Amino acid sequence: MSKSIIRLENIKRNFRVGDETVHALRGVSFSISEGEFVSIMGTSGSGKSTMLNLLGCLDTPSDGEYYLDDVAVSTMNKNERSTLRNRKIGFVFQSYNLLAKTTALENVELPLQYNPEYTGKERRDKATKALDAVGLSDRLHHKSNQMSGGQMQRVAIARALVNDPVLILADEATGNLDTRTAYEIMVLFQELHQEGRTIIFVTHNPELAAFTSRNIVLRDGKVIKDDENKNIESAKKMLDALPKQED
Amino acid sequence: MNIGNLIKISLRALSNNKMRAFLTMLGIIIGVASVITMLAIGQGSKKSIQSQISEMGSNMIMIQPGAGMNGGVRTSSDNQQSLKMEDYISLRDKATYIAACSPSVSSGGQFIYGGNNYPASISGVTPEYLTIRKLNIDDGNVFSRQQVAAAAKVCLVGKTITKNLFPNGENPIGKVIRFNKIPFTIIGTIKEKGFNTMGMDQDNIVLAPYTTIQKRVLAITYIQGLYASALSEAVTDKATVEIETILRENHKLKANDDDDFNVRSQKELSSMLTSTTDILTILLACIAGISLLVGGIGIMNIMYVSVTERTREIGLRMAIGAKGRDILAQFMIEAIIISFTGGIIGVLFGMGASFLVKLAISWPISIQPYSVILSFVVCTVIGVFFGWYPAKKAAQMDPIEALRYE
Ligand SMILES: Nc1ncnc2c1ncn2[C@@H]1O[C@H](COP(=O)(O)OP(=O)(O)OP(=O)(O)O)[C@@H](O)[C@H]1O
Ligand SMILES: [Mg+2]
Repeated sequence: MSKSIIRLENIKRNFRVGDETVHALRGVSFSISEGEFVSIMGTSGSGKSTMLNLLGCLDTPSDGEYYLDDVAVSTMNKNERSTLRNRKIGFVFQSYNLLAKTTALENVELPLQYNPEYTGKERRDKATKALDAVGLSDRLHHKSNQMSGGQMQRVAIARALVNDPVLILADEATGNLDTRTAYEIMVLFQELHQEGRTIIFVTHNPELAAFTSRNIVLRDGKVIKDDENKNIESAKKMLDALPKQED
Repeated sequence: MNIGNLIKISLRALSNNKMRAFLTMLGIIIGVASVITMLAIGQGSKKSIQSQISEMGSNMIMIQPGAGMNGGVRTSSDNQQSLKMEDYISLRDKATYIAACSPSVSSGGQFIYGGNNYPASISGVTPEYLTIRKLNIDDGNVFSRQQVAAAAKVCLVGKTITKNLFPNGENPIGKVIRFNKIPFTIIGTIKEKGFNTMGMDQDNIVLAPYTTIQKRVLAITYIQGLYASALSEAVTDKATVEIETILRENHKLKANDDDDFNVRSQKELSSMLTSTTDILTILLACIAGISLLVGGIGIMNIMYVSVTERTREIGLRMAIGAKGRDILAQFMIEAIIISFTGGIIGVLFGMGASFLVKLAISWPISIQPYSVILSFVVCTVIGVFFGWYPAKKAAQMDPIEALRYE
């Protein structure tokens, strides 16, 4: 059994809306080991995004403890959590969130800019490599508004990879894409998984869960299912099986 | 994040919105340019007044009969004949802080030479008067003590007089001109001085021995005024006090009697005038400063818009590791770049505008280094001050909220 990098212990997250308290997470416990590709599913409002934000150290639990790489996140202050996000976590969002009027390369360099250890040249080299890895070596200097949705999401994935994170978090990363492009992105995630990266992937689409190594299902802020996926399907095969696009 | 990167990011953000950045900057440009120009105008006036006053003799003291002026209003009109020849003599002989002293009597009338005539006044003085008023002889000679003693009918004339009486450019020396039917021989001309700050023509002048004016023109024995020069500008006040003491003694005034004369020094006049221009400068600078303030509010406004517009960007930057202070610095630097660049352009514009003012209406201007430095400092402070709140707002955003912002 490989090293566990995420450990959730009875995590609760409440939001106060006026006089009411919304219980978005009602006691969630699980741990995720290095190299797992976890899909998180659940109906709308079941608390998936809330959990992902907690895992990404963007948010802190109302109760319970979250250990990332054996460090209790609740002991960190805001700035420490910023640094932690910068060094250990890569985010991929549904809506890409690339900077407008900025080239792919510059977008990917962005996380490294907040890390003083890198020089300008190192940043550029690493960003080029990351874009290479997502198959965009020919789009380095294209601006974000000159690319397709799929390409933008690849740039976003490259941005999430560039700092060699221990954890990649994706919240409905394929939500805005057509089936074909979604599969392409899944191919990419599977490649990353093969390389040994830990990925947590929130999705509404049960088909996509078949590509991951473990499925967690949430309902009403609780884990109702947590299964290992014994036979992971290959996204590449599915993509090849798709009928060629007719014009 | 290091400062170089932050500046790059800010420049990028600004260049993505060039027109907006420029318009925001325009407020600062206009503000700074007007501060520079207004200060240049104010300081220029002050300097030119000061230099003209020192040209007129900064250690000059004027003594007039009658009670003092009170806020420009003569408080009493009697005693217009209170100054006598004895006053002149005792000042000349007793005063220790006075370098030179001259009585003054004058009369207005028409000067005639051949077919030309010109209205002007003639002043009766001693030769010391020229030193006191810093007047120089251009051609010919000053009248001598003997000529003063003999009440000789000689005179010195200024450029305006010769221009009008001798329009064909003849040499006026030795010519006899008539003043109220009395013939005066011109024995010298006075060097041109031009107009003074108050717009008075300093070349419209005719000087003659005071004895001549007293006896032959006015038929009086008293004197209308006295001019003196203190040993130096520094002892002007002492000289003034001394003059007052001597005159009070001469006039046998009791301790609580008011002066029946008044003594005014050029220094007093100078400080009065410069304080007037100082007030003018402050006023102009205040108006200009208000426009600079409005420019600053413009920056604040645009920074708020910019922060709101880029909420998602802020959220993203935070998600990938930007700390609050990184975001704060990013927006602060943006504001400072706007104000600083605006400041530089404004200074250049202000200097240009000042020279235009000088060229167009030949108003004296003087650009002081301090006004340039002041504008820069104020500009940067404005950038920091008005950039702070929007930047702080950006830095305090919740990344989750910001990322969800539509
Ligand atoms: N900032 C907030 N303030 C108040 N309530 C919130 C907040 N964020 C989430 N919630 C509530 O928490 C619950 C879980 O929300 P969450 O966004 O995690 O759902 P989700 O599983 O991601 O749904 P979806 O699939 O639609 O994205 C919802 O009931 C939501 O209303
Ligand atoms: Mg969600």
